[in-house]
Order: sequence, then structure tokens, then C-alpha cells
Amino acid sequence: MKDLSAEVKGRIHSFQSLGAVDGPGLRFVVFLQGCPLRCMYCHNPDTWDPAAGTEYTVDEVVAKILRYRPYFGEDGGVTVSGGEALLQMRFVTALFTRLHGEGINTCLDTSGAAFTDAQIPLLEQLLSVTDLVICDIKFTNEEDYLSHTKGSLHRVLSFLSLTQASCVPLWVRQVIVPGFTDSESDVRAMIALAQRYDNLRKIELLPFRKLCITKYEALGIPFPCAGVEECDEATIASLTPLIPEALR
Amino acid sequence: MDAWKGFVGGAWENEINVRDFIQKNYTPYTGDGSFLAGPTDRTKELMGKLTHLFDLEQQFGGVLDIDTQHVTSLLNYKPGYLDKDRELIVGLQTDRPLRRGVNPFGGLNMTRKACQAYGYELSEKVEEEFLYRTTHNDGVFRVYSDEIRKARHVGIITGLPDAYGRGRIIGDYRRVALYGVDRLIEEKTKDKAELAASQPMDAETIRRLEELYQQINFLGKLKDMALLYGIDISKPATNSREAIQWLYFGYLGAIKEQNGAAMSLGRTSTFLDIYFERDLANGVYTESELQELLDDFVMKLRMARHLRTPEYNELFAGDPMWITESVGGMGEDGRTLVTKNSFRILNTLYTLGPSAEPNLTVLWSKDLPQNFKNFATKVSCDTDAIQYENDDLMRPIYGDDYGIACCVSAMRLGKDMQFFGARANLAKLLLMSLNGGRDERYNMQVGPEMPVYEGEYLEYDKVCERMAFYRDWLAKTYVTAMNMIHYMHDKYAYEKTQMALHDTNVHRYMAFGVAGLSVLADSLSAIKYAKVKAIRAPETGLIKDFETTGEFPCYGNDDDRVDLLAKEQTELFLAALKKTPTYRNAEHTLSILTITSNVMYGKKTGNTPDGRRAGEPFAPGANPMHGRDRSGALASLNSVAKLSYKTCKDGISNTFSIIPQALGHNESERCANLIHILDGYFAQMAHHLNVNVLNRETLIDAMNHPEKYPTLTIRVSGYAVTFNKLTLEQKKEVISRTFHEAV
Repeated sequence: MKDLSAEVKGRIHSFQSLGAVDGPGLRFVVFLQGCPLRCMYCHNPDTWDPAAGTEYTVDEVVAKILRYRPYFGEDGGVTVSGGEALLQMRFVTALFTRLHGEGINTCLDTSGAAFTDAQIPLLEQLLSVTDLVICDIKFTNEEDYLSHTKGSLHRVLSFLSLTQASCVPLWVRQVIVPGFTDSESDVRAMIALAQRYDNLRKIELLPFRKLCITKYEALGIPFPCAGVEECDEATIASLTPLIPEALR
Repeated sequence: MDAWKGFVGGAWENEINVRDFIQKNYTPYTGDGSFLAGPTDRTKELMGKLTHLFDLEQQFGGVLDIDTQHVTSLLNYKPGYLDKDRELIVGLQTDRPLRRGVNPFGGLNMTRKACQAYGYELSEKVEEEFLYRTTHNDGVFRVYSDEIRKARHVGIITGLPDAYGRGRIIGDYRRVALYGVDRLIEEKTKDKAELAASQPMDAETIRRLEELYQQINFLGKLKDMALLYGIDISKPATNSREAIQWLYFGYLGAIKEQNGAAMSLGRTSTFLDIYFERDLANGVYTESELQELLDDFVMKLRMARHLRTPEYNELFAGDPMWITESVGGMGEDGRTLVTKNSFRILNTLYTLGPSAEPNLTVLWSKDLPQNFKNFATKVSCDTDAIQYENDDLMRPIYGDDYGIACCVSAMRLGKDMQFFGARANLAKLLLMSLNGGRDERYNMQVGPEMPVYEGEYLEYDKVCERMAFYRDWLAKTYVTAMNMIHYMHDKYAYEKTQMALHDTNVHRYMAFGVAGLSVLADSLSAIKYAKVKAIRAPETGLIKDFETTGEFPCYGNDDDRVDLLAKEQTELFLAALKKTPTYRNAEHTLSILTITSNVMYGKKTGNTPDGRRAGEPFAPGANPMHGRDRSGALASLNSVAKLSYKTCKDGISNTFSIIPQALGHNESERCANLIHILDGYFAQMAHHLNVNVLNRETLIDAMNHPEKYPTLTIRVSGYAVTFNKLTLEQKKEVISRTFHEAV
């Protein structure tokens, strides 16, 4: 494949040198700038604007990442998150290709909701250099998905099928928001949906938190979930047994 | 000999050579911690009793009792016990648990002040005894220059051990157990005879002869001290209990004699394991009994105390002794030095509960057995009580039988000693360079006079030029002060017991230190990459503040532009120190370690160009400044890893705090990730890492409700403290530190 790394640039929100909860092992996390979704509980509203952030070439990002190689061990590596990583598919593909050349494990953390049919060949190319997909499934019916994220679940399901076709291991996540996704039936529906894909390896439940309120205030944007209470650890602990043991 | 029955013989039989004994006899252990035993009922009861005494001590303002009548030494107290009938290992510093002795050999005034601080008066008897004695402190102040006094006063050099014991010397206490005291006396007597026959009989040789006399004399006292407890340590220990007891008596003699800042233990657990394995094989002791013996020993160590002044506590908070025990590591032959006893000593943090002492230090190697890595990191996550140092970095320099003194100072056991002392304040050096040798707070001329920096904006090259001049002056003043201190310490407060447990020919280090490295690095970065305007005080003309415009990289973000400035400053400072020869030709070394003195250093230092306000604490040790390491934990570690151990051979301390949720979803993930962090950091030849896995909220709650957290332990800079023993100011500083929390 043609080396895109010299010319393709990515818009990056920030880097986190120690990601211990975004995929297996210790991971360097690249947060890309720009997201088309507007999830009601979004934790990072500062990543929405696709024109913000800082531009980096693939080479620049790879150079940063290589400094952290001693920490990766056998499981760790790089996770590209966002924002929405699929908005910058070419960049991520070029980055992952380079990382594979260095023998570094790659993980794509995405909603799976942001691509067009025309982009499918490129997406397949990206998946071919992706070692793990983490998909945040958000809501399990089209109506909720649309009203609470402004996106389409249908897209997500197509994405998940593509990951299955590409045989990329899949982790599915869901943010547990009290009053929205915290009932047993909500979680069961999510698990059932995820289990349709035979590349599924793990399901993670993430507690809804409101640490992001200050970000909304700084941006002057109202936080749609301001009135929703945080999800406590006990709720997560009580819901976790619903997940088949092999997928925890 | 019965005591050595079953041991593999070798060179160690014919000469004092503990390493050879270990290498020939120890059993590496690669299994997990499932063999460990919990505390026995006896242990729980004794620990309960001790915990009660610790509580009382806290209620009494930090000191339970002082014996003002006797001067501490090996034979000056009646035997003391925690619980005479049930103790397995005996020996206290004074006649009662937690009662502190007075040690005026370092300085009489310091002793008086320390007594007064806790509502006591030093007795007439001791005052009279010292009326005609010269203390270490007397000696030093007879020779200090005005310049040294001023440098000390304004705090550009702080923590000079000129009023108490210098410490940082590790006796090889294992020798007492392996050989018995008679054999040690015999060898020292031979050495003395040999030296007496040598020529020329110059001042150094005569000094050494007298030192040997004192060593032999105190080995005799050590035997008598043990006899007070009805125990004869003239012959080698014959079983596990005796091995611990003999070794502990060696240590006890040292802390009865000396009140050095750091009184470290060495590397004893793998040595002791040899006795434990022999007794297990012969059915002499069960696993539970061995843990019980070790628990009893560790309880004794947790009771060790010295009497300090409040000013001292401000520098070194939490009543520390730095009873540092180095655990694990690898042998030069590739076998691990981890034994079952490496697990047992860490297990005391469970059997007896978390504690700051002994200062358990894991010598980390990429090749350590996985099971031990798993266990040590679990203990870290559970207790925040252990630190890690890079064995793969130190072993090629010191071999495989070194120990850590204090926090980060490596020395070959029984072969190296060090002349420790103080830190130079690098942030203040920058300010003094700008102000032509005048101190910015006191408006006092301290260094050589020069006009105050002219020009509105600070230019990097000009600033560096001025710093080069003042650095040389500071380094020379510092080395001179240290030479005087150690000359006088050898003369008036020589470590007789500890040096008796060293080879007669020792290698000496002179261990210098710096504080404020990250403040200096960020300030230089601001000057170099942003625009820094100097603001002068109208009344004095001194530069008192700075206006910095523009962006500049901060140390702690894995950015070479500033990280290499930090590295360069350490190299320049060591080079400057080396220009002045040391007392007894000691090797100049440098540490980047502050203990808790970073708070006091900050208090004594004015505004700095990095934006730090006057009086604000520095970051501890080699840490980046709080909140400026914004690229995540590993970027921060990578910055520190760039500092060269070759330059900072006395240690580079880094303290790392992370909230549990950021380290992994559950315990096994957290341990696995911590192992990756340690492996990755040390693979870059970094030196030291203190690990705290806890939430800031826990500390805030502990600050407000101390009674809820009696044993909360936290690693600060190179050691651990019981959080409740910190001052409010120090607690706030610890809370303000960076807690890596990206989730």
C-alpha cells in the first residue's frame, strides 16, 4: 500500500500518554478532534468542532508514540479515540499502517456511526490494520439513538458487520445513564445486540459521570444531562452479572 | 561448627564475606505468595499493644517520653521490653517502648531545644557531662566561615548535618549473625596490627588506627549490650530466631549510638532466608512461626525513634528513621535474589498493617520472577508503602550485594560509606545570579558582589553566564561546608558500631544534593522560549518578580527542549562540585531528592520566572512541578528518565501518584499495568519510583478526619510517611501534587 504518512495530517485534540482503561494493557491514546454526534451525556464537548485542535503529520504522531514503546509490554499499544476517529479515516489508516510496521498493537475506539457508503472500501482498509475495535454502542433502538445522539443506529450496525467481516476482535461498551440505560432490560438488549457479532470478545459498562460540567461551562454550552444523577459503582456491579462471564 | 552445619562452605568461612555466603547458600524463589502465613494471635496482641502506644504518642504531640537523665549509648539503659514474656526478638533503644534517649554528641543545643519542644528539660547531669566535651556541632561552628553561615541562613544550602548525626551509613548487620562478635573483633584486631606496622605513620594512618581501636571497643560493648538481655552474641547465630536477634542487636547498637538522619538496615531478608530454609527443612520452625519471628523483628523496627527538634521535622516530616530494607533484585550470575523471605518481609504490611517503616524498597529488574512482580505491585496498590529502584541500573555499578541508604543512595554493603549532607537550592541560585549575589528575601549579600542583572528582559545566554559564576561559588561553599562537617563528625561523633561492621578499607562517597530542579528547568525554559521581563523592587533595586509572556515547554511533558535543560543543570552542578577536593578523597556524588524539604525550600525562595509565586512549595525530588505535567503519567516519567544516573549517582527520586480508576478496572489489571509502568520506566534507565495508588479525596478526608485513617501511609519523596504525622502545610502540599487521573 502507498505510504500516506508524509502527506496525511490529522486534527488532534490531545494525547494521553497513560491510557490504562482504553483497551488491553497500557496504551498511548490519541484523541482526534471533531465529532458529528451530539450524545446527551458527551464527556468531551471540546472535541466536537472539526476545525479546532492541532494538526499533526503521521510522522510526528509516530515519533511521539515510539517514546512510549517501553511501557507497552505484550498487550499494550495505541488507541485512537475522539472526537470521532472515523471522521479522519485516512489519517488513522495511515497511522495504524505505520504502527503495524513498528509492530505496535492498534485499537480503534469509535461510535461506528460516522461513515458513508462510499467510504466502505477505505473503512475496510482501516480495519485491515486494526487489532481491536472498541465500539461505544450508546443506545439499542433507532429512536433513542437518534434523539439522544443525533446519529443513526443503523450505521453502527453496518459498522459492526464490517468488523465481523474483517475478523477484527470487538469490544462493545455502553455508558450506563440513570433513567436511560440503567435498567436490566436496557442492558440485556445491549448484550443481545452485541452478541449478534461473532467477533465480540468483551462487553464493558461505563458509569455516567458529570466531571465534564466545567467543560460545558467553559464552552458556554448547556449540558443536556445536568439534571441526571451520576451512576454509582454499585449499579455497575449489579448489572455486570448480566454479561456472560466469558465477555466480562 | 554447629552454627554453620548444613551450609555450603567457601571463601566466606576464611574471611568476612557475607555475599559469598549468600551466593553459596540461598534458594531463589519463583513461586507466588500462596505459602504465606497470616499473623498469629500473639502477634496480633503485641501489635495491638504497640498500636495503642503509637496512638498515645500521637496524643502526646508526637513524643511519648524522653529520658533526659542518660545519654544514649549501647550500655546506658536497663533492658526494655514491649512484652517481656511474649516477645520473640528483644531489645529497645531505651528502657521503655517509644521512650526517646538524648544524643548530644551531634550538638548540645539541638538536644536542649528538642527536649524543650516536648515540655522536658535536659537534665543537669547531662548538661554537666557535656560541659567539658566538644560536640560535633561545636567543632563545626568553630571553623565555619561567615560565607557558609550566610548561605545556611538564607537557605541556599539547607539541611547541613551540623547539629545531629550525619547518618546514611549502613552497617553490615548480617555479619553479627553469621560470624558472631568475637570473630569480628579478631579480624579487626588483625587489621589494626597490620596497620600499626605500616609506614609512614602519617595523620591519616594514625586516625585510622584510632578508629579501629574505637570499632573494637564498641564491638565489645555490643556484646555487653546483648548480655543485658541475657543473650550471648559472641558466637555465630545457630537458627532463624538467633539470626534475626543477632542482626537486630547489631542494628540496635547502631541506633543507640547514633542519631543519623537515615539509619538504614541494608539487605537482610534474603540473607535471613538461608537460616529460615535450613530450619524449615529440619522441622525447627513452621511457616507461621517464621512469619511470626519476622513480624516481631519488624515491630521492633517500627518502634525505633530519635529525638528531633520541630525545625528538623519541618525538613523531614513524619518522624522518619529511613530503616530502608532493600528487597529482591537479581544476582550477577542471573539467578534472582528473590527468596520466600522477600515475600515475607512485604507480607508484614498485611500481618502488621501498613506502615512507613521499615522503608521497604524493591530492587526492580525486568528479570524479576513474574510472581514477585505481581505480589509487590499488589502490595503497592493495597498499601502505598513501598518504593522501587532500578536493579538493572545499579547492579553493574555496585554488584549484587548493595543496599539503599535513606531513600535512593546505593552502597555496597560493608564496603562503601558516605558523607551525606544537605541540598543546594537551584531555584535560589538562579535568583542570586540575577541579583549579583544578594539574597532576594533578606536583601543580604551572600555570594560575591556583582551588579544586578541589567536590561528589561532576561536573555538566556546572559543568565547562563551569570549562573556559571555563582554556581562555582555555591559549589565551592557547599563542598567546603561538607568537608568541615565530616571532619568534625569523624573527630567527635565517629560511627564506631556501624564502621566496625564495615571492611577496614572502605570506599567513601560525599553525597551532595540539589532541590528545585524543576523550578529551575521551567524558569530557564521560560527565559529561553518565552519573554521574561524582570520587575525590580524600587527600594532595593533587586529583581523581585517576573512577567512572562508567551508559551514555553514545561519539564514533565517528555519535551526535550526543556527536559535537556534539567539534565544539563545537574551535569553542570556536579562538574562545579568536583572542582573542590573532598575530605578523605571521597567521591563526589549528587542526588535529586528533597524528602519533604521541598515545602520549606519553597518558603525560602522568592518569585521565579516559571510563574511560581514566592513561598510556594517546590516539586519534590526530581518531580515535575505540580500540574505542569499535562501529557499524562508516562510523559512525566519519560521526562524524569532523561536525567542521567551517571551524573546523579546518589539517586534521582520521583514520586508517582495515580488514582486507582486510571490504572485499571480491577485489581489484576491495576497490578499488570503497574508492572508495565515500572518495566517501561526502568528500561529507560530511570532510577527510582515511589508509587501511590490512591484518590485525592481520600487524602482530603484524612486531613479532615485523621481518626478515620490511623495507618494511612503515603510515599512522599524517597520514603513513606504516616499521613497523620505530616503538618497541615505538608498535607496540603501532598494533596496539591499531580494525581494522574485520565480515565
